[in-house]
Amino acid sequence: MSIEDSDIKKIAHLARISIAEEDIPGYATELTNIMAWVEQMNAVDTDHIEPMAHPLHAVQRLRDDVVSEPDLREAAQAIAPETEAGLYLVPKVIE
Amino acid sequence: MEWEVVIGLETHAQLSTKSKIFSGAATAYGAAPNSQACLVDLGFPGQLPVLNKEAVRMAVKFGLAIGAEIGMRSVFARKNYFYPDLPKGYQISQFELPIVGKGEINVVQEDASTKTVGITRAHLEEDAGKSMHEGFAAHSGIDLNRAGTPLIEIVTEPDMRSAKEAIAYAKKLHGLLIYLEICDGNMQEGSFRCDANVSLRPKGQEEFGTRAEIKNINSFRFMEKAINFEIERQQEILEDGGVIVQETRLYDSDKDETRSMRSKEEANDYRYFPDPDLLPVELEESFVEGVRKTLPELPDVKRQRFVDEFALSDYDATILTDSRPLADYYEAVVAVCKEPKLAANWVMGDFSASLNKDDKDLADSPVNAEMLGGMLIRIKDNTISGKIAKTVFEAMWAGEGDVDTIVEAKGLKQVTDAGAIEALVDEVIANNAGQVEAYKGGKEQLFGFFVGQVMKASKGKANPAMVNELLKKRLA
Repeated sequence: MSIEDSDIKKIAHLARISIAEEDIPGYATELTNIMAWVEQMNAVDTDHIEPMAHPLHAVQRLRDDVVSEPDLREAAQAIAPETEAGLYLVPKVIE
Repeated sequence: MEWEVVIGLETHAQLSTKSKIFSGAATAYGAAPNSQACLVDLGFPGQLPVLNKEAVRMAVKFGLAIGAEIGMRSVFARKNYFYPDLPKGYQISQFELPIVGKGEINVVQEDASTKTVGITRAHLEEDAGKSMHEGFAAHSGIDLNRAGTPLIEIVTEPDMRSAKEAIAYAKKLHGLLIYLEICDGNMQEGSFRCDANVSLRPKGQEEFGTRAEIKNINSFRFMEKAINFEIERQQEILEDGGVIVQETRLYDSDKDETRSMRSKEEANDYRYFPDPDLLPVELEESFVEGVRKTLPELPDVKRQRFVDEFALSDYDATILTDSRPLADYYEAVVAVCKEPKLAANWVMGDFSASLNKDDKDLADSPVNAEMLGGMLIRIKDNTISGKIAKTVFEAMWAGEGDVDTIVEAKGLKQVTDAGAIEALVDEVIANNAGQVEAYKGGKEQLFGFFVGQVMKASKGKANPAMVNELLKKRLA
């Protein structure tokens, strides 16, 4: 599987990382090599193997429905970049 | 060309737990912004989610109620999306192994026919916070109180063929969740939110057309308008030879239109993967059976029982069992007065009309079941007539007391004294010689006129059956 420059741009966008245009071909080569390495696993017959959801052979424990967390707005907003009227302010999100 | 409409609904229902699905923060509606968001909800590093047992129990209860396969092993997955209303950068949801599998919901339609809507799946997930865009110049304000509130997302098959069918299904589902006491159903507060997938295809074609997803439908009335707008929009495009773009559209109730929100990114952009912070959930048979024991009588069963036990028509039984509070109220009234048919007429008639008129919830009704049942007893024992009962009911609604207090205070007791009624009948006959002559000459439709006059003379208090009988005798 070959990773194209356009794939690199898309992956960077989804991960919200800024990358320099001139670095893109290098990333594409590296990621293509990684994919080739992982592709070796395609040789394994996994037809009768149940997909693994978690590496631990354990089951989720459940907690009782009890309110246990106090209001920590003051502490949390003390370290937020910007707040107003109890709200966290972020760059405008327009849909 | 004739088009067939295809609709599927996705419903997000908030589960009525006290605490969040993965944290111990409160879920109460209307709290001060961000006062119910703990470190887990804020997405702080090193915080781990722990699943709320009650949310699991409620989801299983829903699954059992619709006869669905229960996912004895379900897995939580991360759905990646980058929005500040979920600071982690992903929503914890379920993907490949949901907690509720295939089931179905039967919907009785206006013409009394039953439509079966297939449920594809229902899964547990966390709600996002709220973003506010008004009132900030270059910012959006974020309130994370709602982030992490448990949701069950219920997905239907594309089984509905009109806006009316979609609404009938949504109402049925809404009523069912309230019956099950797992969701308060408050649409204004966002406890029950529907998205509709709408597409058209030429009649007879097997293959589905391209769909648009309509969001932001927060009432049943808007749902009908939004879907019908969307059907027209797509039909115009298709008939002009255009193509439908797969996208998410927002319904604007002020303008009564849908508009494009954003091109729905390809599904794999969500890059679902099993959440390593949560282990698979494995249910024990005993847990599921324990939940089954808590199932209330479901609407369809209740409806049949009302037909069998109270000799109600299918139609009346359907209306009375539509919502659990109304059904409970009706049964309480019957328990007091032992008159199922009379109680049905009053509960569906004046009582429901008064609730509608004052835009009141049943819980806030000024007339409780004891009071209405008490009044029906007084109709039955001839203390008041059905007509006077309407006056009494209005007075009860206005908070003037129970039936006996009002009848006493207003002097509304029905006159059943034959002598007194006879006197009124004689008076009316004496005062209307002309009409009497005409009646005797064959104008029998005048009988109603005499009844009216006697009732008027009695100020509505004469027993109508006795008035009829005595008039017939006198005019013979």
